[in-house]
Amino acid sequence: MNAQAPALRDPRLNSPEPFTPRDGGFFQRDHTIHPPAYAPGYKSSVLRSPRQALLSIENSVSEITGPVFGHNDLGPLDNDLIRNYAKDGDPVGERIIVHGRVLDETGRGVPNTLVEFWQANAGGRYRHKKDTYLAPIDPNFGGCGRALTDDTGYYYFRTVKPGPYPWRNFVNSWRPAHIHFSVFGSGFAQRLITQMYFEGDPLIPVCPILTTIPDKDALDRLVAPLDLNASTPFDSLAYRFDIVLRGQRSIYFENRTAGN
Amino acid sequence: MPQPLNYLKETASQTAGPYVHIGLIPAMAGFDIFEKNFSNVLVTPNTQGERITLEGKVIDGSGSPLRDVLLEIWQANAAGRYNHPADRSAGALEQDFRGWGRGGSDFESGVVTFETVKPGGMTDKSGRKCAPHVNVWIVARGINIGLNTRLYFSDEEVANAADPVLNLVEPAVRRKTLIATRSERAGKAVYSFTIHLQGPEETVFFDV
Repeated sequence: MNAQAPALRDPRLNSPEPFTPRDGGFFQRDHTIHPPAYAPGYKSSVLRSPRQALLSIENSVSEITGPVFGHNDLGPLDNDLIRNYAKDGDPVGERIIVHGRVLDETGRGVPNTLVEFWQANAGGRYRHKKDTYLAPIDPNFGGCGRALTDDTGYYYFRTVKPGPYPWRNFVNSWRPAHIHFSVFGSGFAQRLITQMYFEGDPLIPVCPILTTIPDKDALDRLVAPLDLNASTPFDSLAYRFDIVLRGQRSIYFENRTAGN
Repeated sequence: MPQPLNYLKETASQTAGPYVHIGLIPAMAGFDIFEKNFSNVLVTPNTQGERITLEGKVIDGSGSPLRDVLLEIWQANAAGRYNHPADRSAGALEQDFRGWGRGGSDFESGVVTFETVKPGGMTDKSGRKCAPHVNVWIVARGINIGLNTRLYFSDEEVANAADPVLNLVEPAVRRKTLIATRSERAGKAVYSFTIHLQGPEETVFFDV
């Protein structure tokens, strides 16, 4: 298993300002790097997977636009899971910082985009009324947060490392430790939910959900490496997790004058 | 070897899982954490246009409603304008109508609702009229990559018949899977929809 490699960026693709308007459609999605809808090793997908072919449509204004969020949507503790639900002390567990950039496929940072995250506590228990795992709820841990990326696409938050937990798939299926991520981008066609895993976790290669991903490199890109340089000595370790959303075509020549 | 292009690859999708509510609608998970929360109510008292309720279910391959599904909708305002800088059409923008909402299905009935306004139609790059529609994105346990579909309106028959996306759907009999049905309830318009993940009535999902 290789943890996420640093993102390679072609300097020509990484200019701070686009050289032409980028409101063409998004790059066609490469489905070979995504899990298929029907993945019988993950049993819940069997009854919940469409069986007809998806209908491919050119991106219209409905797809290249998407909701815009701002700092007014967030509260001051939203990116601090150690403090945002604390009642009488800090939550139990390994203190960690998770940080990285939201990029698009051209390597540009995606600025001012909403990133939401949620996870189990250090014992592998979710604060959710439907979770019945015997590990205890942590009274000081909610398990969710959110952040807005900065002008370069950078985000960070603080939390405790989630624990692995058993789930009903096979009788002895366990989820590797993971954090769920929800990301928007600039257009609704970039909308993405994924999960971040931790370098070195031995449950990764046997996870029925993670192994729905057919492409090994794509799977490795979900594994965050330990980033000692970003850790805070005597306080928190750090993990680095970059997220790549679909790139967007530039409009080099405008052939039509009507409409938008 | 030619010059390398060095594009990055999109991050792989993973299921939102059964506990998606914790992160996206914590009140449904059973706790209160954020000062400000997103919801299934898109309108404010100032929003222009006809108030409507969208109400529906997502049905699995056994015919059962998903009771842990989360839907997001993205739509134009009543003037047909999206609240986003890439929409340069002439319709009036309303700053306090974001045009986006999220809702979780009821844990018993599986019903999802949104309180919004009926969007206006728009014109595409080729000058073709597009029927009013709401863009829908669906995630849940067992759904490995978010599903994109649209809701059109049953009382827009003429506009629907000319819509460039609806007209791409073949066989044509599947177009009806994208139409929400209008009714009146206590003097208010309700559009009902059923999204079938599988089976003879499988909803049309888009690769956008």
